Amino acid sequence: MIAELGLAVLWMAAALAVLQLVAGALSLRPATAHLAGVVRPVAILQGVLVACAFAALIWLFLSTDLSVKLVAENSHSAKPFIFKLAGTWGNHEGSMLMWVTIMSLAGGFVALIEKRLPENTLIATLAGQAFVSLGFYAFLLLASNPFERLPEPAPEGAGLNPLLQDIGLAFHPPTLYVGYVGLSIAFSFAVGALVTRDVGPAFARAMRPWVLGAWIFLTLGITAGSYWAYYTLGWGGWWFWDPVENASLMPWLAATALLHSCSVLAARNALRTWTVMLGVVAFSMSMVGTFLVRSGILTSVHAFAVDPTRGSFILALLAIYIGGALLLFGLRASTVTEGARFAVLSRESSLVFNNVMLCGILGIVLVGTLYPLLTEAMGVKVSVGPPYFNPVSAVFAIPMMLVMAVGPVLRWREDKGGRITWQVAVPALVSAVALLAVELLFAPNLLPALGLALAPGLAVASVQPLVGRNLRRTPLPIYGMVIGHLGIAVALFGMASEGAFSTERLAAMNPGDTQQVGPFKVTLQDIGPVAGPNWTALEATVSASYAGGTATILHPQARTFANPPGNRTESALLTRWNGQLYAVLGEEGDDGRWQMRFWWKPFVPMIWYGGALVALGGLLALLGRVARDVKRLVAIDKIAYRRERQGR
Amino acid sequence: MNTMIKPKHQRLVLIILALVALIGAGLLAAYALSKQAAYFYLPSELVAKPPEAGRAVRLGGMVEKGSIKTQTDGVTINFIVKDDKARVPVRFSGITPDLFVEGSGVVAEGRMEGTTFVADNLLAKHDEKYVPREMKNMTSAEAKAVIAETK
Repeated sequence: MIAELGLAVLWMAAALAVLQLVAGALSLRPATAHLAGVVRPVAILQGVLVACAFAALIWLFLSTDLSVKLVAENSHSAKPFIFKLAGTWGNHEGSMLMWVTIMSLAGGFVALIEKRLPENTLIATLAGQAFVSLGFYAFLLLASNPFERLPEPAPEGAGLNPLLQDIGLAFHPPTLYVGYVGLSIAFSFAVGALVTRDVGPAFARAMRPWVLGAWIFLTLGITAGSYWAYYTLGWGGWWFWDPVENASLMPWLAATALLHSCSVLAARNALRTWTVMLGVVAFSMSMVGTFLVRSGILTSVHAFAVDPTRGSFILALLAIYIGGALLLFGLRASTVTEGARFAVLSRESSLVFNNVMLCGILGIVLVGTLYPLLTEAMGVKVSVGPPYFNPVSAVFAIPMMLVMAVGPVLRWREDKGGRITWQVAVPALVSAVALLAVELLFAPNLLPALGLALAPGLAVASVQPLVGRNLRRTPLPIYGMVIGHLGIAVALFGMASEGAFSTERLAAMNPGDTQQVGPFKVTLQDIGPVAGPNWTALEATVSASYAGGTATILHPQARTFANPPGNRTESALLTRWNGQLYAVLGEEGDDGRWQMRFWWKPFVPMIWYGGALVALGGLLALLGRVARDVKRLVAIDKIAYRRERQGR
Repeated sequence: MNTMIKPKHQRLVLIILALVALIGAGLLAAYALSKQAAYFYLPSELVAKPPEAGRAVRLGGMVEKGSIKTQTDGVTINFIVKDDKARVPVRFSGITPDLFVEGSGVVAEGRMEGTTFVADNLLAKHDEKYVPREMKNMTSAEAKAVIAETK
C-alpha cells in the first residue's frame, strides 16, 4: 500500500512540474501573464509531494518490505538500522529519487522566499527548474521506478555491498547531491536571467547563496569522500584521480570559479556574460558527473545502473540540458550589455585570472577523465593516472595560487602596484625561505617541494586582508574569504607533506616481531578472531610507540561479510598532531607469518582539516550574506507596513 | 585612468584570454596524454611489442596455476600472467587483493624491468558484481582456455 501511494504521489509531483513549466513559460507572454500567479504555489506543492514519495521509500526500507523489488535487491533484515536507512539511497533508483527530492524542495524554497529578483525573472527561473526536474521525473517513472513490486515477496534481501556498509555512506551521497542540486538552481537562475535579458547585480545576489551553499556541500563531500577512500580502501592514498572522484571535483572547480565571478557581478556589475556562462558550465559538470558515476560506463561501487538504457537516458538528458542552455546562451549572450570596466591591475583582473586558471584545471581533468572512455570506444584500452593529472594540473594551479595570494589585497576597479609592495614582499619572502629550507634539509621531488614552499606564503597572504581592519566591524564574508583561503594553504601543506615525507613499511611478521616505521616502533602482539553485527574478522593487536614514548594499541582488521559475501580490510589509524600512523593487516603466509603494511604520513590530516576550513569559510560567507538579506527584508517589510498605515 | 581598457576591448580581451587558456590546456593535455597514458596490454601483446622500459602500463591476464612463489621476505611474490599465446613473469611487493588466486584473472599496474613486469598494484576480481572493466571481455575468452587446461 505504501509503495503504491509513493508511486501515485510521485506521478502527481511530475504532473505539477509540467504545470509549473507550462504556466511559467506562458506567463512570459503578455496575453497570458495572469498565469504567473500559479507558478510559486505549484513549485512549493511539488516539493512537498516529492518529499512524501521519498519518505514512503524510506519507510519501505526501514520496515524491510521484501515485496518491493528495490528493497529485496539492496537490503537485508539483519542489517543495522543506520544502514537500512542509508540503503534507501545506496542504490540507483533510491539515489535518483533523492536527487529529485532535494531539487524540488530547493525549487519550492526559492518560490517561497526569493523576493529580490524581478517577478518575471523569478518565474522564468522556476520554469527552468521545472524543466530540469521533469527530466529526472521521466527517468524515475519510465526507466527506474523505485516502487516496483515483485510478483512474489522475496524470502530475504540480497544485502548491501560491504564496501558501502560504512557510516560515511549515510552522509556522502546526500552531501554531494545537495551540492549538485544547488548548482542546478544556479543554472535555473542563469536561464531565467537569459530569458528575461536581466543579468545584473540583483541576479548575482539572488544566485550567490545557492552557489555558496552548493560549493560548501561539494567541498564537504569531496573532503569526506577523500577521507573515506583513505581509510577504507587500505592503500594509504587520499586521492586516486579515479573518474568517480573527478566527477565530484569538476563541479567543484566550476562552482569555485562561479562563486568568485558572482562576487564580481554582485559588487561591481562586471563579468555578466562570463558569470552566466559559468552557471551553465557548473551545472553541466554536475550532469557529466552524474552521467559518469551512474550510467554504468565506469565500474565502481558507484555504478549501480548496469542497464545500458539508463546510461543512454542520462546521456540524452545531458545533451538536452547542456545543448539547450548553450543554444539559449548563444542566442542571448550578445544582448547582455557590457558590464563595468576595470583596469589590468585590479581585484577584478585577479579574479578573472583565477577563473581562467580554474577553467584550465577543469579542462585538464575533464580531458583526462573522458580520454580513456573515448579511446575504449575505438578499441584501445588506456588508463590515465597521477603521472598525467599531477604535473599538468599544477601548471595551472601554481600560477593560480600565486595570484590568489595577491588578489584579496588589491582594490576594486584599479590599483597601483606601489601600494601593495609590502603585502607582496612578506609572503614572497616566507615562501622563498621555506623553499630554501626544504631544499637544503630534505630535497624532495619538485611538486612536493613547491607545495611546501607555497603553503606558508599563501597562509600568510590569506590573513593579510585582516591587517589594519577593525576586527569587530569586519563583515563575516571577509572572514569567510580569509578562512577559506587559509584552508587551501593548510590542505596544500598536508598534500605536499604527504608527498614528500611519507614512509612505508611492508613486512611479514610473527607475533612479537618489531618493525621501525619512520619515528614509530611497531610490535605485532597478537592476532585473533572478533565478530560484529553482520561480519566476522581477524584482528591484529599492534602496539606502536612514537620515538620511544609510551605505546598505543591499534587494531587493524580483515573483515568478512556474510550478506552479501565479501571482504574488506579495516585499517587502523593513530593520529598525532604531526601526522598519522596507518596500519593494515594482510594475509597469513605459508610459513605462518602475517603480512603487515604500515605508513607514517607526517601532517596528512591537514588535507582534511584544510578542506573543513574551506567549507567553514564558505559557511561564514553564507551566514554573512543571508543575515544581511534577512535584515534588508525586515526593513522593507517595515517600510511597507508603515506606508500601508499612513495610506489608511 | 589610462590603464583602463575600453569597454568594447574589455570583452574581446576576456574572450581571447579565456580561449588562449583553454586551447593551451587542451594542447598541454593532449601532449601529456600521449606521454603519460598507461596502455592496457595482454601478455601476447606485451611480448610481441614491449613498451619502452619504465613506461607505466597495465597488464591483464590469467594467473598461471602453480606459479605464485612467495619470497623469503614474506611480502614479495613472483607469478606468471599468461594468455593463450604468451607468459609474462610478474613481481609484486605488497598485500594481494582478496580474490587474487591462481587460475583467476588479474590486472597488474606497473612497468617492464628487463623481462619482468614489476607491478605497483594488483586489481583482482572483487566479487560477482564488481569486476574491473578490462576483465569483462577477457574472462569470457580466457575462461575457455582455462577450462581446456584443467581437463
